[in-house]
Amino acid sequence: MTSAPHPPVPEATLKAEVLAATGVKMNHCYQCGKCAAGCPVAEDMDLTSCQILRLVQLGEPEADRRALQCEGIWLCLACETCSTRCPQQVEVPRVLDFLRTEAVRRGLAHPGSRDILAFHRAFLDSVRTTGRLYEIGLVAGYKLRSRHFLQDLALAPRMLTRGKLPLLPHLIRGRAAMKRIFQRTLGGK
Amino acid sequence: MRIGYFPGCSLLGSSREFDESVRALAGAIGLELVTVPDWNCCGASSAHVLDHKLSLALPARILAQAEAAGLDEVLAPCAACFNRLSSARAELDADPALRTEIAGILELPYQGRVRVVNVLEVLDRCQAELQARMVAPFQRKVACYYGCLLVRPPRVVAFDRPEDPQSMDRLLALAGAQPLDWNHKTECCGAAFSVTRTDLVARMSGRIVAGAAKAGAEAIVVACPMCHSNLDLRRSASNALTGADHQLPVLFITQALGLAMGLDPAALGLQRHLVPAGPVLSGAPALAPQPAARTRP
Repeated sequence: MTSAPHPPVPEATLKAEVLAATGVKMNHCYQCGKCAAGCPVAEDMDLTSCQILRLVQLGEPEADRRALQCEGIWLCLACETCSTRCPQQVEVPRVLDFLRTEAVRRGLAHPGSRDILAFHRAFLDSVRTTGRLYEIGLVAGYKLRSRHFLQDLALAPRMLTRGKLPLLPHLIRGRAAMKRIFQRTLGGK
Repeated sequence: MRIGYFPGCSLLGSSREFDESVRALAGAIGLELVTVPDWNCCGASSAHVLDHKLSLALPARILAQAEAAGLDEVLAPCAACFNRLSSARAELDADPALRTEIAGILELPYQGRVRVVNVLEVLDRCQAELQARMVAPFQRKVACYYGCLLVRPPRVVAFDRPEDPQSMDRLLALAGAQPLDWNHKTECCGAAFSVTRTDLVARMSGRIVAGAAKAGAEAIVVACPMCHSNLDLRRSASNALTGADHQLPVLFITQALGLAMGLDPAALGLQRHLVPAGPVLSGAPALAPQPAARTRP
Protein backbone atom coordinates (compact mmCIF):
# COMPACT_ATOMS: atom_id res chain seq x y z
CA MET A 1 0.00 0.00 0.00
CA THR A 2 1.35 3.45 -0.80
CA SER A 3 0.37 6.66 0.91
CA ALA A 4 -1.60 9.24 -0.97
CA PRO A 5 0.40 12.20 -2.35
CA HIS A 6 0.44 15.34 -0.24
CA PRO A 7 -2.29 17.76 -1.26
CA PRO A 8 -0.96 20.96 -2.88
CA VAL A 9 -0.03 23.69 -0.42
CA PRO A 10 -2.57 26.55 -0.53
CA GLU A 11 -0.70 29.61 -1.74
CA ALA A 12 -1.79 32.12 0.88
CA THR A 13 -0.34 30.17 3.80
CA LEU A 14 2.90 30.79 5.64
CA LYS A 15 4.11 27.31 4.76
CA ALA A 16 3.77 28.10 1.05
CA GLU A 17 5.80 31.26 1.62
CA VAL A 18 8.41 29.27 3.55
CA LEU A 19 8.66 26.83 0.64
CA ALA A 20 8.96 29.61 -1.94
CA ALA A 21 11.55 31.58 0.03
CA THR A 22 13.68 28.80 1.51
CA GLY A 23 12.86 25.59 -0.36
CA VAL A 24 12.08 23.89 2.96
CA LYS A 25 9.07 21.56 2.82
CA MET A 26 7.33 21.89 6.14
CA ASN A 27 5.61 18.52 5.78
CA HIS A 28 8.99 16.78 6.03
CA CYS A 29 8.89 17.42 9.77
CA TYR A 30 7.27 14.50 11.60
CA GLN A 31 7.39 16.16 15.02
CA CYS A 32 9.97 13.90 16.66
CA GLY A 33 11.06 16.81 18.85
CA LYS A 34 14.79 16.23 18.44
CA CYS A 35 15.34 19.88 17.38
CA ALA A 36 13.88 21.24 20.61
CA ALA A 37 15.53 18.53 22.73
CA GLY A 38 19.02 19.67 21.69
CA CYS A 39 18.30 23.39 21.41
CA PRO A 40 20.48 25.35 23.89
CA VAL A 41 17.83 28.05 24.34
CA ALA A 42 14.65 25.92 24.24
CA GLU A 43 14.16 26.48 27.97
CA ASP A 44 13.85 30.24 27.34
CA MET A 45 11.42 30.01 24.44
CA ASP A 46 7.66 30.52 24.74
CA LEU A 47 7.27 28.17 21.77
CA THR A 48 10.08 25.76 20.87
CA SER A 49 11.34 25.10 17.35
CA CYS A 50 9.27 21.94 17.13
CA GLN A 51 6.07 23.73 18.19
CA ILE A 52 6.72 26.57 15.77
CA LEU A 53 7.16 24.10 12.90
CA ARG A 54 3.89 22.42 13.88
CA LEU A 55 1.99 25.71 13.82
CA VAL A 56 3.31 26.49 10.35
CA GLN A 57 2.43 22.97 9.14
CA LEU A 58 -1.22 23.53 10.03
CA GLY A 59 -1.59 26.13 7.29
CA GLU A 60 -4.22 28.13 9.15
CA PRO A 61 -4.23 31.94 9.53
CA GLU A 62 -4.49 31.83 13.32
CA ALA A 63 -1.63 29.31 13.61
CA ASP A 64 0.49 31.35 11.19
CA ARG A 65 -0.07 34.45 13.30
CA ARG A 66 0.91 32.63 16.50
CA ALA A 67 4.13 31.40 14.91
CA LEU A 68 5.06 34.90 13.75
CA GLN A 69 4.18 36.57 17.05
CA CYS A 70 6.10 34.25 19.37
CA GLU A 71 9.36 35.20 21.06
CA GLY A 72 10.93 31.81 20.29
CA ILE A 73 11.81 32.75 16.71
CA TRP A 74 13.95 35.61 18.06
CA LEU A 75 15.98 33.48 20.45
CA CYS A 76 17.41 31.15 17.81
CA LEU A 77 21.19 31.55 17.77
CA ALA A 78 21.60 29.71 14.45
CA CYS A 79 23.89 27.24 16.22
CA GLU A 80 22.60 24.59 13.79
CA THR A 81 22.40 21.82 16.40
CA CYS A 82 18.80 21.14 15.34
CA SER A 83 19.44 20.96 11.60
CA THR A 84 22.50 18.75 12.19
CA ARG A 85 20.44 16.24 14.17
CA CYS A 86 17.12 16.43 12.30
CA PRO A 87 16.38 12.99 10.85
CA GLN A 88 14.52 14.67 7.99
CA GLN A 89 17.20 17.31 7.32
CA VAL A 90 14.79 20.18 7.90
CA GLU A 91 16.82 23.39 7.99
CA VAL A 92 15.11 24.85 11.03
CA PRO A 93 17.32 27.98 11.42
CA ARG A 94 16.68 28.87 7.79
CA VAL A 95 12.92 28.66 8.43
CA LEU A 96 13.23 30.78 11.58
CA ASP A 97 15.27 33.38 9.65
CA PHE A 98 12.39 33.65 7.22
CA LEU A 99 9.75 33.83 9.98
CA ARG A 100 11.65 36.70 11.62
CA THR A 101 11.81 38.77 8.44
CA GLU A 102 8.16 38.01 7.80
CA ALA A 103 7.19 38.94 11.37
CA VAL A 104 8.90 42.31 10.94
CA ARG A 105 7.33 42.85 7.51
CA ARG A 106 3.82 42.17 8.87
CA GLY A 107 4.40 44.21 12.03
CA LEU A 108 3.88 41.16 14.25
CA ALA A 109 7.34 40.92 15.82
CA HIS A 110 7.34 40.07 19.55
CA PRO A 111 8.36 42.94 21.90
CA GLY A 112 11.33 40.79 22.99
CA SER A 113 12.77 41.31 19.52
CA ARG A 114 13.33 45.02 20.10
CA ASP A 115 16.87 44.90 21.49
CA ILE A 116 17.88 42.01 19.23
CA LEU A 117 16.76 43.93 16.14
CA ALA A 118 18.44 47.08 17.44
CA PHE A 119 21.72 45.16 17.68
CA HIS A 120 21.52 43.67 14.20
CA ARG A 121 20.54 47.03 12.67
CA ALA A 122 23.39 48.82 14.43
CA PHE A 123 25.75 46.09 13.22
CA LEU A 124 24.62 46.40 9.62
CA ASP A 125 24.62 50.23 9.75
CA SER A 126 28.32 50.05 10.53
CA VAL A 127 29.00 47.64 7.66
CA ARG A 128 26.92 49.70 5.23
CA THR A 129 28.86 52.87 6.05
CA THR A 130 32.45 51.65 6.41
CA GLY A 131 32.41 48.24 4.71
CA ARG A 132 33.52 46.54 7.91
CA LEU A 133 32.26 46.18 11.43
CA TYR A 134 33.40 49.08 13.60
CA GLU A 135 32.97 47.74 17.13
CA ILE A 136 32.78 51.08 18.97
CA GLY A 137 30.27 52.28 16.36
CA LEU A 138 28.25 49.10 16.87
CA VAL A 139 28.05 49.57 20.63
CA ALA A 140 27.25 53.29 20.30
CA GLY A 141 24.60 52.58 17.65
CA TYR A 142 23.10 49.82 19.77
CA LYS A 143 22.92 52.03 22.86
CA LEU A 144 21.19 54.78 20.87
CA ARG A 145 18.67 52.38 19.38
CA SER A 146 18.03 50.35 22.55
CA ARG A 147 18.45 53.18 25.12
CA HIS A 148 20.61 50.84 27.26
CA PHE A 149 23.23 53.54 27.85
CA LEU A 150 24.86 52.13 30.97
CA GLN A 151 25.37 48.55 29.81
CA ASP A 152 28.95 47.23 29.67
CA LEU A 153 30.53 50.53 30.69
CA ALA A 154 32.96 48.64 32.93
CA LEU A 155 34.15 46.43 30.09
CA ALA A 156 35.23 49.16 27.66
CA PRO A 157 38.28 50.46 29.59
CA ARG A 158 39.52 46.91 30.16
CA MET A 159 39.28 46.24 26.42
CA LEU A 160 40.91 49.57 25.54
CA THR A 161 43.96 48.96 27.71
CA ARG A 162 44.43 45.58 26.05
CA GLY A 163 44.30 47.08 22.57
CA LYS A 164 41.02 45.34 21.77
CA LEU A 165 39.02 48.47 20.84
CA PRO A 166 40.56 50.43 17.96
CA LEU A 167 39.20 53.98 18.16
CA LEU A 168 38.93 54.61 14.43
CA PRO A 169 36.94 52.62 11.87
CA HIS A 170 38.60 50.86 8.93
CA LEU A 171 37.20 52.25 5.70
CA ILE A 172 37.26 50.01 2.64
CA ARG A 173 37.68 51.46 -0.86
CA GLY A 174 34.52 49.86 -2.25
CA ARG A 175 32.16 51.76 0.06
CA ALA A 176 29.96 53.05 -2.77
CA ALA A 177 29.53 49.48 -4.08
CA MET A 178 28.70 48.32 -0.54
CA LYS A 179 25.96 50.96 -0.27
CA ARG A 180 24.46 49.69 -3.54
CA ILE A 181 24.62 46.06 -2.27
CA PHE A 182 22.64 47.12 0.79
CA GLN A 183 20.17 49.10 -1.32
CA ARG A 184 19.54 46.13 -3.61
CA THR A 185 19.07 43.61 -0.80
CA LEU A 186 18.08 45.07 2.55
CA GLY A 187 16.51 48.18 0.97
CA GLY A 188 14.52 50.04 3.58
CA LYS A 189 14.24 47.11 6.01
CA MET B 1 53.18 27.63 0.56
CA ARG B 2 50.85 30.54 -0.22
CA ILE B 3 47.22 30.95 0.81
CA GLY B 4 44.59 33.70 0.65
CA TYR B 5 43.86 35.35 3.99
CA PHE B 6 40.57 36.85 5.13
CA PRO B 7 41.08 38.09 8.71
CA GLY B 8 37.55 39.44 9.23
CA CYS B 9 36.48 42.33 11.47
CA SER B 10 36.90 40.73 14.91
CA LEU B 11 40.55 40.00 14.18
CA LEU B 12 41.20 43.73 13.72
CA GLY B 13 39.58 44.58 17.05
CA SER B 14 38.33 42.52 19.94
CA SER B 15 40.24 39.39 18.86
CA ARG B 16 43.39 40.93 17.45
CA GLU B 17 45.47 38.35 19.32
CA PHE B 18 43.99 35.71 17.02
CA ASP B 19 45.31 37.62 14.00
CA GLU B 20 48.66 38.20 15.71
CA SER B 21 49.07 34.53 16.60
CA VAL B 22 47.96 33.28 13.14
CA ARG B 23 50.54 35.57 11.53
CA ALA B 24 53.26 34.58 14.02
CA LEU B 25 52.63 30.89 13.40
CA ALA B 26 52.43 31.31 9.62
CA GLY B 27 55.72 33.21 9.69
CA ALA B 28 57.38 30.46 11.73
CA ILE B 29 56.38 27.68 9.35
CA GLY B 30 56.85 29.63 6.12
CA LEU B 31 53.19 29.93 5.16
CA GLU B 32 52.62 33.09 3.11
CA LEU B 33 49.29 34.82 3.84
CA VAL B 34 47.93 36.90 0.94
CA THR B 35 45.21 39.22 2.26
CA VAL B 36 42.05 39.41 0.13
CA PRO B 37 42.10 42.93 -1.43
CA ASP B 38 39.66 45.46 0.00
CA TRP B 39 37.74 42.82 1.93
CA ASN B 40 34.43 43.66 3.61
CA CYS B 41 32.50 42.30 6.59
CA CYS B 42 30.85 38.90 5.94
CA GLY B 43 27.62 39.96 7.71
CA ALA B 44 28.30 37.46 10.49
CA SER B 45 25.35 36.76 12.74
CA SER B 46 23.37 39.85 11.72
CA ALA B 47 22.82 39.90 7.94
CA HIS B 48 20.92 36.59 7.81
CA VAL B 49 18.49 37.77 10.47
CA LEU B 50 17.34 40.74 8.41
CA ASP B 51 17.77 39.73 4.77
CA HIS B 52 18.80 36.44 3.20
CA LYS B 53 20.18 37.92 -0.03
CA LEU B 54 22.34 40.35 1.93
CA SER B 55 23.70 37.36 3.87
CA LEU B 56 24.77 35.86 0.52
CA ALA B 57 25.99 39.06 -1.17
CA LEU B 58 28.41 40.13 1.59
CA PRO B 59 30.39 36.84 1.64
CA ALA B 60 30.13 36.61 -2.16
CA ARG B 61 31.86 39.99 -2.53
CA ILE B 62 34.79 38.68 -0.45
CA LEU B 63 34.99 35.52 -2.58
CA ALA B 64 34.74 37.58 -5.79
CA GLN B 65 37.59 39.83 -4.63
CA ALA B 66 39.67 36.74 -3.84
CA GLU B 67 38.89 35.29 -7.28
CA ALA B 68 39.91 38.51 -8.99
CA ALA B 69 43.20 38.38 -7.07
CA GLY B 70 43.85 34.88 -8.46
CA LEU B 71 43.50 33.06 -5.13
CA ASP B 72 42.08 29.49 -5.16
CA GLU B 73 41.87 29.10 -1.42
CA VAL B 74 41.11 31.51 1.42
CA LEU B 75 41.88 30.95 5.08
CA ALA B 76 39.21 32.47 7.33
CA PRO B 77 40.47 32.07 10.92
CA CYS B 78 37.24 33.45 12.41
CA ALA B 79 34.77 30.57 12.66
CA ALA B 80 31.81 32.87 11.93
CA CYS B 81 33.45 34.18 8.74
CA PHE B 82 34.40 30.62 7.75
CA ASN B 83 30.81 29.53 8.25
CA ARG B 84 29.20 32.46 6.37
CA LEU B 85 31.61 32.16 3.45
CA SER B 86 31.12 28.38 3.24
CA SER B 87 27.31 28.68 3.45
CA ALA B 88 27.12 31.36 0.77
CA ARG B 89 29.47 29.43 -1.52
CA ALA B 90 27.41 26.21 -1.11
CA GLU B 91 24.10 27.96 -1.78
CA LEU B 92 25.42 29.81 -4.84
CA ASP B 93 27.03 26.60 -6.17
CA ALA B 94 23.67 24.86 -6.04
CA ASP B 95 21.67 27.60 -7.78
CA PRO B 96 23.05 29.14 -11.01
CA ALA B 97 20.18 31.64 -11.30
CA LEU B 98 20.85 32.92 -7.79
CA ARG B 99 24.58 33.08 -8.59
CA THR B 100 23.86 35.34 -11.57
CA GLU B 101 21.54 37.51 -9.49
CA ILE B 102 24.10 37.94 -6.69
CA ALA B 103 26.88 38.73 -9.20
CA GLY B 104 24.59 41.46 -10.55
CA ILE B 105 24.06 42.87 -7.07
CA LEU B 106 27.84 42.88 -6.50
CA GLU B 107 28.66 44.30 -9.95
CA LEU B 108 31.52 41.77 -9.92
CA PRO B 109 32.09 38.49 -11.73
CA TYR B 110 31.57 35.52 -9.42
CA GLN B 111 32.49 31.98 -10.53
CA GLY B 112 32.60 30.20 -7.16
CA ARG B 113 36.15 28.96 -7.66
CA VAL B 114 37.58 29.88 -4.25
CA ARG B 115 37.70 27.23 -1.54
CA VAL B 116 37.20 28.41 2.04
CA VAL B 117 39.22 26.78 4.81
CA ASN B 118 39.39 27.26 8.56
CA VAL B 119 42.47 27.51 10.71
CA LEU B 120 42.29 23.91 11.97
CA GLU B 121 42.23 22.53 8.42
CA VAL B 122 45.28 24.56 7.45
CA LEU B 123 47.22 23.66 10.61
CA ASP B 124 46.28 20.01 10.14
CA ARG B 125 47.94 20.13 6.71
CA CYS B 126 51.07 21.71 8.18
CA GLN B 127 51.59 19.08 10.88
CA ALA B 128 55.08 18.14 9.71
CA GLU B 129 56.26 21.78 9.67
CA LEU B 130 54.71 22.39 13.09
CA GLN B 131 56.17 19.25 14.62
CA ALA B 132 59.65 20.10 13.38
CA ARG B 133 59.50 23.35 15.39
CA MET B 134 58.12 22.09 18.70
CA VAL B 135 60.71 23.09 21.27
CA ALA B 136 58.69 23.72 24.45
CA PRO B 137 55.95 21.08 24.81
CA PHE B 138 52.71 22.64 26.06
CA GLN B 139 52.30 20.14 28.89
CA ARG B 140 48.82 21.13 29.98
CA LYS B 141 45.47 19.45 30.28
CA VAL B 142 43.28 21.22 27.79
CA ALA B 143 39.59 21.29 26.90
CA CYS B 144 39.29 21.71 23.13
CA TYR B 145 36.22 23.84 22.52
CA TYR B 146 35.01 23.87 18.90
CA GLY B 147 31.65 25.60 19.34
CA CYS B 148 29.06 25.63 16.55
CA LEU B 149 30.37 27.33 13.48
CA LEU B 150 33.38 25.18 12.62
CA VAL B 151 31.46 21.92 12.49
CA ARG B 152 27.83 22.74 11.75
CA PRO B 153 25.89 22.29 9.57
CA PRO B 154 27.98 19.33 8.39
CA ARG B 155 26.39 19.37 4.91
CA VAL B 156 27.81 22.86 4.38
CA VAL B 157 31.11 23.03 6.25
CA ALA B 158 32.08 19.38 5.54
CA PHE B 159 34.69 19.49 8.28
CA ASP B 160 35.49 17.02 11.07
CA ARG B 161 32.80 15.21 13.07
CA PRO B 162 29.84 17.37 14.06
CA GLU B 163 29.26 15.82 17.50
CA ASP B 164 32.76 14.87 18.71
CA PRO B 165 35.32 16.63 16.52
CA GLN B 166 38.98 15.65 16.83
CA SER B 167 41.12 17.96 14.68
CA MET B 168 42.01 20.41 17.46
CA ASP B 169 42.62 17.54 19.89
CA ARG B 170 45.15 16.06 17.45
CA LEU B 171 46.97 19.38 17.02
CA LEU B 172 47.25 19.93 20.75
CA ALA B 173 48.47 16.38 21.34
CA LEU B 174 51.14 17.17 18.76
CA ALA B 175 52.13 20.17 20.90
CA GLY B 176 52.54 17.97 23.98
CA ALA B 177 49.21 18.78 25.63
CA GLN B 178 46.67 16.31 26.96
CA PRO B 179 43.28 16.96 25.30
CA LEU B 180 40.52 15.91 27.68
CA ASP B 181 37.28 14.11 27.05
CA TRP B 182 34.52 16.47 28.08
CA ASN B 183 30.89 17.18 27.36
CA HIS B 184 30.77 20.68 25.93
CA LYS B 185 32.99 20.52 22.86
CA THR B 186 30.28 21.72 20.48
CA GLU B 187 27.74 23.37 22.81
CA CYS B 188 26.77 26.91 21.79
CA CYS B 189 28.35 29.76 23.87
CA GLY B 190 25.52 32.20 23.08
CA ALA B 191 27.41 33.81 20.21
CA ALA B 192 25.82 37.03 18.99
CA PHE B 193 23.67 37.50 22.11
CA SER B 194 26.75 38.73 23.97
CA VAL B 195 25.44 42.31 23.97
CA THR B 196 21.66 41.90 23.72
CA ARG B 197 21.06 38.90 25.98
CA THR B 198 24.09 38.85 28.26
CA ASP B 199 21.98 36.83 30.73
CA LEU B 200 21.72 33.93 28.27
CA VAL B 201 25.39 34.17 27.30
CA ALA B 202 26.47 34.14 30.95
CA ARG B 203 24.49 30.97 31.54
CA MET B 204 25.58 29.20 28.35
CA SER B 205 29.25 30.13 28.52
CA GLY B 206 29.21 29.53 32.30
CA ARG B 207 28.18 25.92 31.70
CA ILE B 208 31.02 25.46 29.21
CA VAL B 209 33.63 26.89 31.59
CA ALA B 210 32.26 24.78 34.45
CA GLY B 211 32.36 21.67 32.23
CA ALA B 212 35.99 22.30 31.32
CA ALA B 213 36.93 22.93 34.97
CA LYS B 214 35.14 19.77 36.08
CA ALA B 215 37.06 17.72 33.51
CA GLY B 216 40.27 19.03 35.08
CA ALA B 217 41.31 21.43 32.32
CA GLU B 218 44.04 24.02 32.91
CA ALA B 219 42.98 25.94 29.81
CA ILE B 220 40.20 26.04 27.24
CA VAL B 221 41.42 26.21 23.66
CA VAL B 222 39.24 27.78 20.94
CA ALA B 223 39.34 28.69 17.25
CA CYS B 224 36.54 31.27 17.16
CA PRO B 225 36.56 34.95 18.22
CA MET B 226 32.95 34.84 19.40
CA CYS B 227 33.61 31.79 21.58
CA HIS B 228 36.70 33.56 22.94
CA SER B 229 34.76 36.74 23.77
CA ASN B 230 32.00 34.87 25.51
CA LEU B 231 34.34 32.67 27.56
CA ASP B 232 36.92 35.39 28.30
CA LEU B 233 35.38 38.88 28.14
CA ARG B 234 32.14 37.60 29.69
CA ARG B 235 33.84 35.54 32.43
CA SER B 236 32.96 37.95 35.25
CA ALA B 237 29.29 37.78 34.18
CA SER B 238 29.28 33.97 34.01
CA ASN B 239 31.13 33.64 37.32
CA ALA B 240 28.68 36.06 38.94
CA LEU B 241 25.74 34.03 37.65
CA THR B 242 27.04 30.63 38.68
CA GLY B 243 28.63 31.82 41.92
CA ALA B 244 31.88 30.14 40.92
CA ASP B 245 35.30 31.74 40.57
CA HIS B 246 36.68 29.96 37.52
CA GLN B 247 39.97 31.47 36.42
CA LEU B 248 41.01 29.04 33.72
CA PRO B 249 42.33 30.95 30.72
CA VAL B 250 41.01 30.69 27.16
CA LEU B 251 43.65 30.42 24.45
CA PHE B 252 43.37 30.46 20.70
CA ILE B 253 44.73 27.26 19.13
CA THR B 254 47.39 29.37 17.40
CA GLN B 255 48.53 30.76 20.77
CA ALA B 256 48.84 27.31 22.35
CA LEU B 257 50.79 25.95 19.36
CA GLY B 258 52.93 29.11 19.26
CA LEU B 259 53.93 28.63 22.90
CA ALA B 260 54.97 25.04 22.15
CA MET B 261 57.07 26.40 19.28
CA GLY B 262 58.84 28.77 21.65
CA LEU B 263 57.35 31.94 20.14
CA ASP B 264 57.26 35.10 22.26
CA PRO B 265 54.01 35.23 24.33
CA ALA B 266 53.68 38.96 23.54
CA ALA B 267 53.95 38.29 19.80
CA LEU B 268 51.10 35.81 20.28
CA GLY B 269 49.00 38.49 22.03
CA LEU B 270 48.70 36.50 25.27
CA GLN B 271 48.69 39.72 27.31
CA ARG B 272 45.39 40.78 25.77
CA HIS B 273 43.08 38.35 27.55
CA LEU B 274 40.85 39.47 30.40
CA VAL B 275 41.31 36.15 32.18
CA PRO B 276 45.11 36.13 32.61
CA ALA B 277 46.97 33.41 30.73
CA GLY B 278 49.74 33.57 33.39
CA PRO B 279 49.10 30.17 34.99
CA VAL B 280 49.77 28.31 31.74
CA LEU B 281 52.77 30.48 30.89
CA SER B 282 54.76 30.33 34.10
CA GLY B 283 53.31 27.66 36.38
CA ALA B 284 54.87 24.23 36.56
CA PRO B 285 53.60 21.91 33.83
CA ALA B 286 50.92 19.65 35.23
CA LEU B 287 51.76 16.78 32.95
CA ALA B 288 54.81 14.67 33.56
CA PRO B 289 57.10 14.51 30.53
CA GLN B 290 55.55 12.21 27.97
CA PRO B 291 57.08 8.73 27.83
CA ALA B 292 59.21 8.40 24.71
CA ALA B 293 57.13 5.67 23.15
CA ARG B 294 53.53 5.10 24.13
CA THR B 295 52.47 1.61 23.36
CA ARG B 296 48.96 1.18 22.16
CA PRO B 297 47.13 -2.11 22.34
